[in-house]
Amino acid sequence: MAIQNSFKNPPLSAKIGMVTLSVFIFFAIFAPVIAPYGEAESIGKTWASPSSEFLLGTDNIGRDMLSRIMFGARMTLGVATACTLLSFLIGITMGLLAAVAGKILDQILSRFVDLMLSIPILVFALMILSMFGSSLFTLIITIGVLDSFRVFRLARSVAVNIVVTEFVEVARLRGEGLWWIMTREVLPNALPPMIAEFGLRFCFNFLFVAGLSFLGLGIQPPFADWGGMVRENGRAIAFGIPAPLWPAIAIGLTTISVNMIVDWILSLNARPSGASAEM
Amino acid sequence: MFRLIITRVFLGFATLFAVTLLIFAATEILPGDVASAVLGQGATPDTLAAFRIELGLDRPAYVRYLEWLTNALQGDLGVAMTNKREVLDTITPRLYNTLFLAGYAAAIAVPIAIILGITAAINEGKWIDRAANIVTLGAISVPEFFIAYILILVFATNLGWFPSLSTVYSDMGFWQKIHVVALPALTLTMLVMAHMLRMTRASVLAIMSQPYIEMAFLKGLPRKRVILHHALPNAAAPIISVVALNLAYLIVGVVVIEVVFVYPGVGQYMVDGVSKRDLPVIQACALVFGSAFVLLNTIADILAILLNPRLRHPR
Amino acid sequence: MTAPILKIQNLRIENLVGDVLVDNASLSLMRGKVLGLIGESGAGKSTIGLAAMSYARGGCKITGGHVEIDGVVIQDLSAEGRAKFRGRRIAYVAQSAAASFNPAHTLMDQVCEMPVHHCVRSRIEAQAWAVDMFRLLELPDPANFGARYPHQVSGGQLQRAMAIMAISANPDIVVFDEPTTALDVTTQLEVLVLIKNLIRDYNIAALYITHDLAVVAQIADHIMVLRQGKIVELETTQSILNSPKKTYTKELVADRQTSDVFREIILKDDQEVILDAANITAHYGDFKVLKDVSITVAKGETVAIVGESGSGKTSLARVIVGLTKLTSGDLTFLGKKLSPSLKHRSRNDLRKIQLIYQQPDVALNPRHTVGDIIGRPIKFYFNRTADEVRKRTLELLEQVGLPADYYYRKSTALSGGQKQRICIARALAAEPTLIICDEPTSALDQLVADEILKLLQQLQDELNISYLVITHDLGIVRRIAHRTAVLLNGELVASGATSTIFKPPFHPYTEILLQSVPELRENWLDELSARRAI
Repeated sequence: MAIQNSFKNPPLSAKIGMVTLSVFIFFAIFAPVIAPYGEAESIGKTWASPSSEFLLGTDNIGRDMLSRIMFGARMTLGVATACTLLSFLIGITMGLLAAVAGKILDQILSRFVDLMLSIPILVFALMILSMFGSSLFTLIITIGVLDSFRVFRLARSVAVNIVVTEFVEVARLRGEGLWWIMTREVLPNALPPMIAEFGLRFCFNFLFVAGLSFLGLGIQPPFADWGGMVRENGRAIAFGIPAPLWPAIAIGLTTISVNMIVDWILSLNARPSGASAEM
Repeated sequence: MFRLIITRVFLGFATLFAVTLLIFAATEILPGDVASAVLGQGATPDTLAAFRIELGLDRPAYVRYLEWLTNALQGDLGVAMTNKREVLDTITPRLYNTLFLAGYAAAIAVPIAIILGITAAINEGKWIDRAANIVTLGAISVPEFFIAYILILVFATNLGWFPSLSTVYSDMGFWQKIHVVALPALTLTMLVMAHMLRMTRASVLAIMSQPYIEMAFLKGLPRKRVILHHALPNAAAPIISVVALNLAYLIVGVVVIEVVFVYPGVGQYMVDGVSKRDLPVIQACALVFGSAFVLLNTIADILAILLNPRLRHPR
Repeated sequence: MTAPILKIQNLRIENLVGDVLVDNASLSLMRGKVLGLIGESGAGKSTIGLAAMSYARGGCKITGGHVEIDGVVIQDLSAEGRAKFRGRRIAYVAQSAAASFNPAHTLMDQVCEMPVHHCVRSRIEAQAWAVDMFRLLELPDPANFGARYPHQVSGGQLQRAMAIMAISANPDIVVFDEPTTALDVTTQLEVLVLIKNLIRDYNIAALYITHDLAVVAQIADHIMVLRQGKIVELETTQSILNSPKKTYTKELVADRQTSDVFREIILKDDQEVILDAANITAHYGDFKVLKDVSITVAKGETVAIVGESGSGKTSLARVIVGLTKLTSGDLTFLGKKLSPSLKHRSRNDLRKIQLIYQQPDVALNPRHTVGDIIGRPIKFYFNRTADEVRKRTLELLEQVGLPADYYYRKSTALSGGQKQRICIARALAAEPTLIICDEPTSALDQLVADEILKLLQQLQDELNISYLVITHDLGIVRRIAHRTAVLLNGELVASGATSTIFKPPFHPYTEILLQSVPELRENWLDELSARRAI
């Protein structure tokens, strides 16, 4: 079982993950250049089978599936990344603040977050989106803020363990201010354990956006996005046509890729459990 | 310990109260004005004003909140805007359906996930552990509708064993219902089971690396006894919280699954309400989901208190 | 001559990455004899102890040599075969009893598990035996002691219960892995006596693992000195103590002896009092940790605060630096009243009192370079230019005996002793009047600790700094402290010049404390227990 891991030599699974993810990112960036057809171009029959003309067939109104998936990568990956960045920005700032700035602020923030997390995040998102409408902006803000509560919890627990160490005490005893302690003493030590979490939160947000789009409440047409494409083509499955599976597979591949990379990052720090020798 | 439990129950009620406040705030205060949200941008000022009075929006928010809360406590969830029917009358049978589906999935997922999770943990690094890791990683990585469509394609379209749409009626027999709901239940099962299995495995592994497990091996005890007698009693509390957490997750998962299979549950009702901006419906559904969530988390915490040896036998 | 009960030959153990933890270790142990394994951290002593049971911790592997118990090579056996030996023929006593007892079962269940499982005693016999043993080892309420759960009894009691558990299936060999290290000195002594009696009365062969030469000298017939996974010397206890052959062993013995010897330190007179802590009372929650404690520190002197865990010695240090708020009392520093709260102290007051910690590992930010760590106080307090900061930092590095090219290194790449030197340099960077040293050497290996103490003394001579040293180790006190204060349960029980404190007439607690420190003589423990019994 002794698989040697190092930073320079990732295992095969992580390599596959990185390659797959790079392909999707490549699609997202260069979609207008490499896509064989336009994003909203209706050029074939409804649900045409895969052929040399349309590699993955066509969708419910005769648009090329492959091109839609390439364009869809932009929205789907872009929105999920934006949400995760926002949620980390808010979550880490608040989490460090709670850990460093004293008991009262910590109690207020922590209890508030407990409360926000006592309602399922999907239910919360549905409520807010139904009131605000699902513009791209609201969507990112809503998911970013809702997700930041989870990031807050982790960031706070990581930071709390750092704040009690002696080197932070040394800084306090020296008379350093809150800002120095947060940014120079705690943050550099809190970030490494959060890297893997970034991947996991990305997966969660990515699936969440896809789920909302599937429900018709996420990214809105005319933009192509993978969750919405599954929704548009859902009925095909009853006829045994695999049209909705293509975007669904794209979603699955992306999350699996990120998860495999995350697994590798986690295993870099992990030690085998004590009793494993005896098992 | 008794005091701890009482405190936890009290905290549960407090959270529930806060949840009602939050639901109300999110739907009625945050957007500024429900009326314009519901009527859209095309509404004239006159119709807006009339609609506001109809909704009672001219009164202060706290009055409306107290009214809504007291009504909800008495079982009056308001009248749906779109079809003018009592929300309670619609939601009750749907809640029963949702609970049926969730219970169905849980009944399969919980025992399998716990047993497989423990098995994977004690065989860390062996083929069964790796297989479980790959399969569950796949299951948690794909969206729930993907699993649903695959199951439909295989078991409904190709094999024809189960219907692809899960339409249920109140006069359906139990076994017939089990058959019709099989596919959504199976989808949910796979989803929840994967999470539960991984988390169970992680908590058992955390226990297996404790010094007292090493001591048990050094006492010359066979593996089976070390696991059953020394590891599992300590793993029980974390596993219970894993189960409760995932049952809460199941409640959320139900929303998408109900939409895929057009299953008449609360989730579909809520999504419907959201797309029609039907405020009382959204509030009622959020209340139902929120309460279930709070209830499960409270039960999980209480069980964890009950199972903790340090709290069970105080100094 | 009978055959040895335990024989280890050319043992080699590697970890996952292939680092060699133990290299070519051989030993043999006769029935009823005790072999002490001694060495600093990383010497491989615990690894050998566990290998004697054919057990290797997570990821490590026995890659060479073999272990024989009573003529059977046990690593050749199946897992079931090995399990038959463990507990029954060879048993283990771990360092942390608190972590090694299962929190979910009663002590009686855990003590009786081995004899019942290995079919040595029935459950009823095992229980009766356990109650007898609880009585023999002076555990409270022996008839009902077993009904308790591990978290319901104290550390010393748990360690005794673990020793009982180890011999419950009448093993031939017991591996004691630092069984008294986690205990206070006075408790350590009690447990040590009981273990020694058990070994004698039950004719057990034992591997006794420890880092303290004086402890192992009381209990072992032979001593094996280990360093970095290799055997340095294996001799009878007598010859190790009296005529060590290898340089490393000589250093160990010589160093341990100097800490036994009382060194007369001349009290500096007429020095200005820089710190006056008067009638300090402090609470931790509702618990009173300090009760009306008064101490003073004069310019250029070292004052030691001595006590066991829970004595309030660390709380006193925290009150002085302002981390713990005092409930009543006054702090006067350099003639001015010192605010009890950190927030209200001036930058200059903060600068003049510096702190050195027990664990240099966690006292240094792992993300900063050595230059950043030492340079920051210079920049912060004196607002120098970058060039001046750098120049001063390099001076300080030299002063604490580290090469200049450490400037760009991360502290994580350094050894424990080097890290402690960085901590000292950081404290000096603030140009303090008083440095509080909280157990400055107890996390370090013996010889490294010695160098750090020498460095501290040398710096005091050069810079005329005052030290307030918090410690449980009387060896340190006798070597460096001009004056000493003894704390017990938050109260000051004795204080004065170190030379008078440690001379009769003693305060009774000081006497107990003093007697409990193991001395590097073979018969110290026997003499002491004989004296106490009278």
